[in-house]
Amino acid sequence: MVRELLSPEVGKKLILLGNEAIVRGSLEAGVRFVSTYPGTPASEIGDRFAVIAKEAGIYFEYSTNEKVAMEAAAGASFAGLKSLVAMKHFGINVASDSLLPIAYVGTRGGMVVIVADDPSGWSSAQSEQDSRYYPRMGHIPLLEPSNPQECKEVTKFAFELSKQFEIPVIIRTTTRVAHTRSPVTFGQITKIDGKGRFIKDLERYNTLPPNVIALHEKIVEKNEKIRDFFEQSELNFIVNKKKSKFGIITSGVSFNYVVDALDELGIKIPVLKLTTTHPLPRKKIIDFLKLLKSVLIVEELEPVLEKDIKVIAQEEKLKIEIRGKNLVPRAGELTPEKVLLAISKFLNKKPSFNFDLHLKKFKRVDVSRRFPVMCPGCPYRPAFYAVKEAAGEEVVLGGDIGCYMLGIFPPANAADFILNMGAGEGVIHGINKASDQKTIAFIGDSTFFHAGIPALMNMVFNKSNPLVIILDNLTTAMTGHQPHPGTGITGIGEKTRTIVIEDMVKACGANVKVVDPYNIQEMISAVKESLKSKETSVIVARRECRLLFLRKAKKADIKLNKFQINPKRCNKCGICLERFGCPAIYKDEKGFYINEELCNGCGVCSQICPSKAIEVKK
Amino acid sequence: MKDFNIVIAGVGGQGILTLGYIISKTAMDQGFDVRMAEVHGLSQRYGAIVCHIRFGKKIFSPLVMCGKADLVIGLEPLEGLRNAYYGSKKTVFLLDNYPIIPVSVYLFNKKYPKLEEIGEDLKPFSKKVIFVNASKKAKELAGNVIAANIYMVGAAVSKRLLPLRKDLVFKNIKGVIKPKYYEVNEKVFNAAFEV
Ligand code: SF4
Ligand code: SF4
Repeated sequence: MVRELLSPEVGKKLILLGNEAIVRGSLEAGVRFVSTYPGTPASEIGDRFAVIAKEAGIYFEYSTNEKVAMEAAAGASFAGLKSLVAMKHFGINVASDSLLPIAYVGTRGGMVVIVADDPSGWSSAQSEQDSRYYPRMGHIPLLEPSNPQECKEVTKFAFELSKQFEIPVIIRTTTRVAHTRSPVTFGQITKIDGKGRFIKDLERYNTLPPNVIALHEKIVEKNEKIRDFFEQSELNFIVNKKKSKFGIITSGVSFNYVVDALDELGIKIPVLKLTTTHPLPRKKIIDFLKLLKSVLIVEELEPVLEKDIKVIAQEEKLKIEIRGKNLVPRAGELTPEKVLLAISKFLNKKPSFNFDLHLKKFKRVDVSRRFPVMCPGCPYRPAFYAVKEAAGEEVVLGGDIGCYMLGIFPPANAADFILNMGAGEGVIHGINKASDQKTIAFIGDSTFFHAGIPALMNMVFNKSNPLVIILDNLTTAMTGHQPHPGTGITGIGEKTRTIVIEDMVKACGANVKVVDPYNIQEMISAVKESLKSKETSVIVARRECRLLFLRKAKKADIKLNKFQINPKRCNKCGICLERFGCPAIYKDEKGFYINEELCNGCGVCSQICPSKAIEVKK
Repeated sequence: MKDFNIVIAGVGGQGILTLGYIISKTAMDQGFDVRMAEVHGLSQRYGAIVCHIRFGKKIFSPLVMCGKADLVIGLEPLEGLRNAYYGSKKTVFLLDNYPIIPVSVYLFNKKYPKLEEIGEDLKPFSKKVIFVNASKKAKELAGNVIAANIYMVGAAVSKRLLPLRKDLVFKNIKGVIKPKYYEVNEKVFNAAFEV
């Protein structure tokens, strides 16, 4: 199915995710170089290119982190190729250090940066970041599509814009755009061959002062030209254009909710839909505001447009009431009903539907939470279990970003904080220095390569002694099993040199032990031992992600053991379920059982059961 | 036809996105505009998952408005109940009667409600609540519960809860599975029409 993205058939219609539409749009624009670090809600962009890049004659890589990905894409663009770099919202924090100077010196071949925000955190912890501040900080043009078809068109437009003005262009999506599927009509694919070439031009690429000041002036000027260009763009348009007391300005996914809410209310008022949201098409906005007495800005997360528009109105001395975040919620993603309520209040109308009353009808039975859990057979579960057995409840546990975040839920309770990639190590070092407490930091393999190495070196360099447990499941599991530098395979499936984690750790100067977390006793003693160390010590808990293993086993027709609980031996202590918590184990009034369909045959529960009641099913 | 709104709820790993894709693709093949809102990432690991599908002449929002679902498909009964508020007096809830107990029930000593209680609680949010044997049938015919999603879409079509054509739905089922599984999926799909 993925290969259909390469179809030469103009006019073909496929149901695509917003992310897939961005891939198609890039192909139609003639993209030649793609880099990314996997992060949901942007991951499908890289994943699709991983499948089609070779056939399409495009270079594709999973880079070690977003900063490196950004720099690689800039390099390709400096050499004259059209390049795309994709990341989730937090990725742009990592990459911003490069992004700003890249924008200053300007790109050549056309360079598009995709950043996918995740309001409500459907696939992220950390924060409800609004990445629309970056373009404002970096003088970078910003485009915000509202649906998959627009994703495709906007991507093509972004490449042209970038090429014409020699500046990187950011396309910002949100989960409900990136992960919405809808029909997308194909255009012509552009094929370009041949190598790029970097042309030396120090006047351009030198960011040392005083040149940096000249570059700053230049980028501000460029932005004004781009603003003029945006004034003409049909990507910004008005629905129901007429003089009216009330009107709405909106962008991105919120536009859809606005249309539906007005439809629901049976009201037609002017709506300005903005797609080029930085620099703002000032004249277009002024003309629109002049039609109205009162305007509501409907946007997700922060009042970004609202503030910019308030400045414009003030500068133009327009007599207009501007409302926004005093009616539209700031935290959490917007939904059709939230927008309907906000617009109803704005217009002083009663909504046709009383949501509060509706929700109140619901109460009687308790709907227990269903938080996500680590898979049956997941190697993280025994690692966490062993840490708790070895170190008790007092030790401070630094969590990090990956499937092992799920360890924060009971029964593992294996994180006292979770911040951002690499922060488990970084923060635990600070706690170690500031207190006498025992400290352990968890970090996944892909995250270690992404952000863990500087923090580990810092521990050694500055003489602290936390235990770092690198949970190495030989893949980037959470985002969909992408390869990383430790896997020996590139993004397009070619063999490459494996960077061995324990060698890396040794090079950083820390003690290291490699343990199989399926061996509970060994894992427990390793943790006990390492906690005694006065130096930084590392345990690499290595065992392949169970999902990945199952896939391979299925292909190779390997039959897995299934485990069962022998009711004659089980004394119903509950350890396997309440302390270990494999989701394949359950209980009822009579006893404890293993759901054969869910059991992935790791056998760890049989080591944990003190009564030796868990055995292979014959 | 006015817009048709579906909410599919279930547990990560049950094939909700596949089911959603089959429905969306069929709707497109029948000439409708479609939006399907998916959830990826962490919740796919056995967490609660909701997918929205809207189709009609021209669709904007990918999310179904509270109270506006025509059909709620619960691949798991408690997940159907969790999304009650998408329903109102014109909504049909089609639920697999096969519970998957969330770990929180064990950890916090909660009770998983009886199916009758779930049906009762859904009353103010529905015109009708229908329980079907999807997982059980799938297990019986295909050897495991994975194909329950195929049974569910079959049940929705056969009970005329979904304005989509049976032949096109099956064509699109074939579009997402490997040829060696055609036969068994066809069996499961057709079983939903026999009752
Ligand atoms: S740990 Fe062993 S004895 Fe305890 S409940 Fe589980 S199977 Fe029974
Ligand atoms: S062997 Fe035990 S721990 Fe492993 S998957 Fe099966 S039930 Fe779970």
